[in-house]
Amino acid sequence: MLLEQSPPVSADTPIPITLTINGQRRELQVAPWTTLLDLLRERLDLTGTKKGCDHGQCGACTVLVDGTRVNACLALAVMKDGAEITTVEGLAGLGERKGSNALHPIQEAFIEHDAFQCGYCTPGQLCSSVGLMNEGHAKSRDEIREAMSGNLCRCGAYTNIVDAIEDVMHGGAR
Amino acid sequence: MNRFEYVRAGTVAEAVQAFGAGARFIAGGTNLIDLMKYDVEKPGRLIDITRLPLTGIEERDGGLRLGALATNAKVAYDDRVAQRYPMLRNAILAGASAQLRNAASTGGNLLQRTRCYYFYDAGTPCNKREPGSGCPAIGGVNRIHAIFGASEHCIATHPSDMCVALAALEAVVQVSGPDGERSIPFAAFHRLPGDAPERDTTLKPGEIVVSVDLPERGFAQHYTYLKLRDRLSYAFALVSIAAGLELDGDTVKTARLALGGVAHKPWRNVEAEALLVGKPATRDNFQAAADRIVAEAKPQSENGFKVELARRAIVRGLEQAAAGTPQSLSDKRIQ
Repeated sequence: MLLEQSPPVSADTPIPITLTINGQRRELQVAPWTTLLDLLRERLDLTGTKKGCDHGQCGACTVLVDGTRVNACLALAVMKDGAEITTVEGLAGLGERKGSNALHPIQEAFIEHDAFQCGYCTPGQLCSSVGLMNEGHAKSRDEIREAMSGNLCRCGAYTNIVDAIEDVMHGGAR
Repeated sequence: MNRFEYVRAGTVAEAVQAFGAGARFIAGGTNLIDLMKYDVEKPGRLIDITRLPLTGIEERDGGLRLGALATNAKVAYDDRVAQRYPMLRNAILAGASAQLRNAASTGGNLLQRTRCYYFYDAGTPCNKREPGSGCPAIGGVNRIHAIFGASEHCIATHPSDMCVALAALEAVVQVSGPDGERSIPFAAFHRLPGDAPERDTTLKPGEIVVSVDLPERGFAQHYTYLKLRDRLSYAFALVSIAAGLELDGDTVKTARLALGGVAHKPWRNVEAEALLVGKPATRDNFQAAADRIVAEAKPQSENGFKVELARRAIVRGLEQAAAGTPQSLSDKRIQ
């Protein structure tokens, strides 16, 4: 059935949505043209997720939607009504260490392997790495490189990023 | 981005009913939202179709029916697709990034717009964006543009990888619209620009893609998807080729070839395919087919290199298919 009302929501009426963001349920009113990225950064102060190109080309805005990595800049918040969103701020709370303040293993591995310089792309790289491991398709080093090609790093930390992912994937991370 | 009305449809009928002038259907949004940010698309109403029950991949008539809302990732990683239609799998995985493939839909992939620089720049004329305004790509920056089937009005290319494989597989597009349902053979789904480059496809207003049907014949033994581009991943094709062969010993029984990055639609030349049939799968015969295809090429001022690139890609792609050694997705060396 059509959402709430028919005829459709007029352009000036905010639309109520519910998102679970980093484990916290949020009831929100959003204009339909608000991207998920702008909602996170501008409304919810979750500024860990970065706006790089804002066109789906750099991957700095990568977040997990229901465990799947996507570009938050190319998603309308209203279309994600009901979804679970995980941003870099929520990675530490994922998995077995839930509730502790410990970093996610991939975050520890990035530190261990010096997998960043300026850090701007890092939140996207981290979320993309977790998404890659959730998917479970990339195994070899070449496959990891290919599956991470949607995340650009202008400092050129790629080699160490792949090291960090391999480390966690093969259970080597502390 | 302009302001717009938002409608969330629960059924195909509701989605079709909600359509009107200035409306756009939205699924993955990876292309449409981008175009809206550039003011290339300014819909008055967005009809969200992501809740429609079209996400499945089902057995049908010996083939597979891909729901229009099955994501590119879901199709590529489906075991049946991997085993029976590896050419399609490889084509999908050669395109975009993991993030985009996780969001982008099957139907949306068919409907994505060209990446012509001028089409994307609302500050320049473009016959596809503003009919009658002109085509600055002709005589302009046209390294990435078409060498086949272009017109004096538009030299844009279709950007999809997936569609190149679907053309070679002779998929059928099922659509639903104000006048009911119909089937469109893949070759008739996308258009050449002619004098109406604003129309990419033969869809009528308000029609929605509901599925893409794959016929039984999948060329799973002898296939390749070979994509040549400016960087090794996450770039559009300068030239790509989907090749599928059926062999009887050394003799070609069936040949399918589709090219990407070279025309306003996935480019096929059935006469060249017919040249291969009944003959040995040799380099000389592949060369003859390639020569036949590129004989029709009409390059622009900056993309003459595509003619030779296409010729060599065709020969190499057919060799890969015949040998049963498809192009690797992660090792980009071309063997």
